[in-house]
Amino acid sequence: MTSVLHIALEVDGAGQHPAAHLVDPHTTFATPAARPGVTPDAHRLRAVVAAAENAGVTFVTFDDSLVPVAGRDPHRVDAVTRAAFAAPLTSRIGLVPLVHPAVTEPFHLASQLAALDHASTGRSGWLVGAGAVPGARAALDRPVADGQDLADETADVVTVVRDLWDSWDDDAVIRDTATGRYIDRDRLHYVDFVSGGDGPAASPALRTAPDGRRAPFTVKGPLIVPRGPQGQSVVVGRAGAVPGELLDIALVSSLRQAQGTGAPLVFVDVAVTLDTDGSAAAERLSALDRTAAHAPDALVYAGPARGLVELLTSLRGVVDGVRILPSVIDDDVPVLVRDVLPALRVARAAPTPRPGATLRDTLGLPRPTSRFAATA
Amino acid sequence: MSDDRYPNAHVHLGVFFQGVNHSTIWTDPASGSQIDFETFRQVAQTAERGLFDAFFLGEGLRLREQNGLLHDLDVVGRPDAITQLAALAAVTTHIGLAATQNVTYNDPADLARRLASLHALSGGRAAWNIVTTDNAWTGENFRRGGWLDHSQRYERAGEFVEAAQAIWDGFGRSVSYTGSTVDLTVSPTVALSDHPVLFQAGDSPDGRDFAARHAEVIFSAHGTDYDDALAFADDVRARTVRAGRPEDDLKILPGTQFILAATDAEAREKARWVKEQQVTPATALSLLGQVWGEDLSSYDPDGPLPAHDPRIELVGETRGSARHGADPRALARAWRERAEAENLSIRQLVLAQDRQRGFVGSVDSVADELVRWVRGGASHGFNITPWLVPTGLDDVVDHLVPALQERGAYRDAYASTSLREHLGLRAPVPHRGALVDA
Repeated sequence: MTSVLHIALEVDGAGQHPAAHLVDPHTTFATPAARPGVTPDAHRLRAVVAAAENAGVTFVTFDDSLVPVAGRDPHRVDAVTRAAFAAPLTSRIGLVPLVHPAVTEPFHLASQLAALDHASTGRSGWLVGAGAVPGARAALDRPVADGQDLADETADVVTVVRDLWDSWDDDAVIRDTATGRYIDRDRLHYVDFVSGGDGPAASPALRTAPDGRRAPFTVKGPLIVPRGPQGQSVVVGRAGAVPGELLDIALVSSLRQAQGTGAPLVFVDVAVTLDTDGSAAAERLSALDRTAAHAPDALVYAGPARGLVELLTSLRGVVDGVRILPSVIDDDVPVLVRDVLPALRVARAAPTPRPGATLRDTLGLPRPTSRFAATA
Repeated sequence: MSDDRYPNAHVHLGVFFQGVNHSTIWTDPASGSQIDFETFRQVAQTAERGLFDAFFLGEGLRLREQNGLLHDLDVVGRPDAITQLAALAAVTTHIGLAATQNVTYNDPADLARRLASLHALSGGRAAWNIVTTDNAWTGENFRRGGWLDHSQRYERAGEFVEAAQAIWDGFGRSVSYTGSTVDLTVSPTVALSDHPVLFQAGDSPDGRDFAARHAEVIFSAHGTDYDDALAFADDVRARTVRAGRPEDDLKILPGTQFILAATDAEAREKARWVKEQQVTPATALSLLGQVWGEDLSSYDPDGPLPAHDPRIELVGETRGSARHGADPRALARAWRERAEAENLSIRQLVLAQDRQRGFVGSVDSVADELVRWVRGGASHGFNITPWLVPTGLDDVVDHLVPALQERGAYRDAYASTSLREHLGLRAPVPHRGALVDA
């Protein structure tokens, strides 16, 4: 365990409580008077991520789903697009969008994350989506893996995405004017990935195939995007949904799960409801729960800021980080950045990301050598 | 200019950050990184300073190969278009952001959502350049492989666009679309009141008809010769009217390059220099090899052309490149005859065969010519491919744009924030009660 405690923050939508988008008014990060080119979505995104960066948060995650999730705000902009928009507006914070491996093209996913790594100068991560996506099959017109097939497909997709990120050596662009060669083609690599699975391959002929079975696929490579500043984006995934050796950070929902994940770093999710100037956390939470029942798959904290500082301080040395799931962003994040995170910095319990540092640097993770690079 | 068909027309400009092609000179000391975000930011912000309509990114879903090997002479590698444009949306305020995206190797529900996301975050500045690909070679990077038959590519494109439009309009309900290549039911997650602008670049009769039915901007290849451009524009206008739309519903922005200098003579000299930089000795051998269908990289670029005929059976192995057309044996024979007659080396011949593209001249000459084009009906504007990034637009913005403004043929300021309004486009076709409102 590292001696500091990293703080990550989920910034999706109105908050992580399913009633978050139903409580009003959302004024803290609301739209100012209309300015050219600034939409409510863009303004809110900019404001929430800036608040997190200014408070020293190591990275933010952007939850997402291809289709609306029951009980959640149905309006949701694609997570990679949100993270990319935030990239040039920030300089220290990591940007970690959720992309679900079973509902995307692995090649596009790898390209998007590599582009995000370039646009953020090395602050990208990938939160590997987990679990079934009801409605994905009808949306995509192909079977979508579930159960053990989903676990196997997830491992395959993470593997091929990592292969593709390594398909360009760091020094592949040589710009050799003497020979007229822009690249040294020997420093790019076909990945020739073949997935597992014994179902029929994805094609229009699969319209009548049963759902839940994985459709095997192959990826040739190399990627169309040169290797990013981090070499590999930081891969964050739920322990149990993704093999630990494929992850940089395993997310767990209890301290009992924190042991033996096999991942270099372990973060625990903490669902947080804080006392605000107007109302006590317990009252806020029970009002939210009356609107929509919620049993978060995470540690749960409801109370004053001071108590959260104590909880987080006690987790130092137990886990490498926490991911805070704020119940209502407009109510909880202002208290978090005013009363919780500064106290951790004063105590040097949480690191402060340095300008220019990549997310790997901030996390103390090494920059991986390409698996294909010739050893000198 | 009393014979102008469109006497009040303005010039619309876009910039095409092309990347992979030998038109981008990477050997020049001023040529910056082709992947760092700062390069893209600089080009986009320069274009916005010049009040351009759009910043445009290309796409290729597999790295180009020649003779079975990765093509190594041109710029290789570029960012994912929508991701990069989302980042650029945060550091620009008005300029349109156009992403080339393929309909064969994307899922409509996913791509429509990502385009809607860019449109929502940028405040109505997104555009989609619709491209088709049917080859199994590109498909090797994707789950479905080479699943689409060549004959179905425009059918797929049409169904894909209609499905995307239904998704853009369908927030708050369940959207279904059924065709022969698209079959989906999805609840959209992005609320939009407008659609991303649709670009299309196909030049074949099928491609032109597709544009006339669905597109709002055609990114043509007719950006050098006025008569050729006018014939193309008249053809596209006729097709647009036949598709039941007003003739000005489809804006024509040819891809082109501008080479500007103080005088016409200096500009011609600069053009010669630019072409020599674009056609390096190695590139000359590569282009020759595309005609011969074999690797000629061991030939002397300053020596004579190969004495043998092309190996017909190998032609077509250049992949991800766009060399189509003439019978290679006939072409090779013509090239050899010209080289012998004019005593040209391989590189001299390739340079001589490479027709001068775009507009070459003093700022005033080029400005006059651009105004003639848009007022004569040859195009609505131009999509410029700078041969140098990130500084290749500087002289256009600093000198040519003011010259167009002096002629009353270019905006003095953005009058709107959405790309649809910049281009003077009507509401998306599916939003109109009646098709013709002109």
